[in-house]
Amino acid sequence: MPPEEPVSTDTMEKEAKQRTVAPPMVTARAPQVPDQGQAGGDKDQVKIQVHGLNAWFGEKQVLHDVNFKVVEHQVTAMIGPSGCGKSTLIRCLNRMHETVSGAELKGSIRYENQEILAPDVDPVAVRRRIGMVFQKPTPFPTLTIFENVAVGMRLHGIHDQKLVTATVERSLRGAALWDEVKDVLHKPGGSLSGGQQQRLCIARALAIETDVLLLDEPCSALDPISTAKVEELLFELKNKYTIVIVTHNMQQAARVSERTVFMLNGKLIEYGPTDKMFTAPDNRLTEDYITGRFG
Amino acid sequence: MQRHFEEEFNALAQELLKMGGHCERMIQASVKALLERDLTHSAQVLKWEEQVNVLHVQIDEACMHLLALQNPVASDLRAVIAALKINNDLERIGDQACNITQNTIDLLKSPGLRIPEGMARMTELAQSMVRLALDGYVKRDVGLAEHVLALEDQVDALKDQIFNEELADMTRNSVAVPRGLDIILIARNLEKIGDHATNIAEDVIFMVKAKDIRHHLDQAKA
Repeated sequence: MPPEEPVSTDTMEKEAKQRTVAPPMVTARAPQVPDQGQAGGDKDQVKIQVHGLNAWFGEKQVLHDVNFKVVEHQVTAMIGPSGCGKSTLIRCLNRMHETVSGAELKGSIRYENQEILAPDVDPVAVRRRIGMVFQKPTPFPTLTIFENVAVGMRLHGIHDQKLVTATVERSLRGAALWDEVKDVLHKPGGSLSGGQQQRLCIARALAIETDVLLLDEPCSALDPISTAKVEELLFELKNKYTIVIVTHNMQQAARVSERTVFMLNGKLIEYGPTDKMFTAPDNRLTEDYITGRFG
Repeated sequence: MQRHFEEEFNALAQELLKMGGHCERMIQASVKALLERDLTHSAQVLKWEEQVNVLHVQIDEACMHLLALQNPVASDLRAVIAALKINNDLERIGDQACNITQNTIDLLKSPGLRIPEGMARMTELAQSMVRLALDGYVKRDVGLAEHVLALEDQVDALKDQIFNEELADMTRNSVAVPRGLDIILIARNLEKIGDHATNIAEDVIFMVKAKDIRHHLDQAKA
């Protein structure tokens, strides 16, 4: 159960000091490679570099030679028609793709210049650093709001109650949910509205050592008010985290992201700064898609 | 299947062309009044101006409607932005024609009126520039827009020529000063019409090529 009294700033500072630096996912680091992405200036720090990525479901190839990069502290949006491969692509970024039976993956994904597709990399460690929030809010409905956020830490063996309590508050504040739930932390996660549940899932992802947040259509089941709250939250979160979002809502991509990836038939058609993509795309297919000329 | 956006945008473009047609006629009539010494043309200019003003507001509203409800992006967005800017330039062209009309009314009161040789040619050029720029907009033809940009120098040269002629005349004969000033103002208004046509041509290039050539900043960047 959560404590009755709010956690003090001192406790939070102490908690921050106590937090250990995330362990490396493998012992040896891959050599540094120069940034080869086509968008982004010299100042941009590349967080994830995808190179020559191919993916299959059984015999069917669903991604074809995808190359792009995710820049640190920015939002990268993935757009494209249904079945284009954008959800598959985002699921590759934290090795969720391989959890599907018959799924296969070839190519390179470097996170902080470390090859995460290497056989000696622990996928669970990858997912701790690169968290995922799904289309439909997925709180544990019977767990309390507090426990919904704490569950990740418990699973990772963190049982220090003070640390857990401070982290839950920090995560809920980070997900812009604290003020709405601070008095009802003991209530079930399922009692929250759809928008609150989605932010609860974001808080859950933040509670572990998440560095990159993958959001797969996080607002598609939300009303406009909740959508606006999540979008505002993204502006806050990118100061601390790096975000990749799959969205069917092109206006949302235009509003929240710095860079956009346009996918079609499993191929990356265009990748570049969002403002350019939505005012003067380079590729005719991108132009046709975003202006609704497809079909 | 035609997109709903295209349907609405085409209707907007038609209104813009209608406005452009009025402006062309206003330029022609405003100078015709001077060349033929016939103020009935001036009355027509002022009548068209009322219609241009109404269209100016209607086109602004239509653009705002498209932006708010259709959320255009890429080439659609550029086309609406260009329409908004062209709308403003056309309204200003209408104002310049009215200014010419006002100067003409004053000028025709002067005795011994002599019209500079280059005035008819300058009018023709300014009118052509507006027509070509609007054709470029409708046909999305960068070549036509570039032709407009090339004509601007000719209009400017004619303005300088008229300015120098009138200045010399005014220096020789102080009685010619009021008339000379009106002639210079008319030439100045025609030159401004050329400038607005140039703006429209630049908007056409922006719309088609997504390239902003204004003030040659693109060359400075390169």
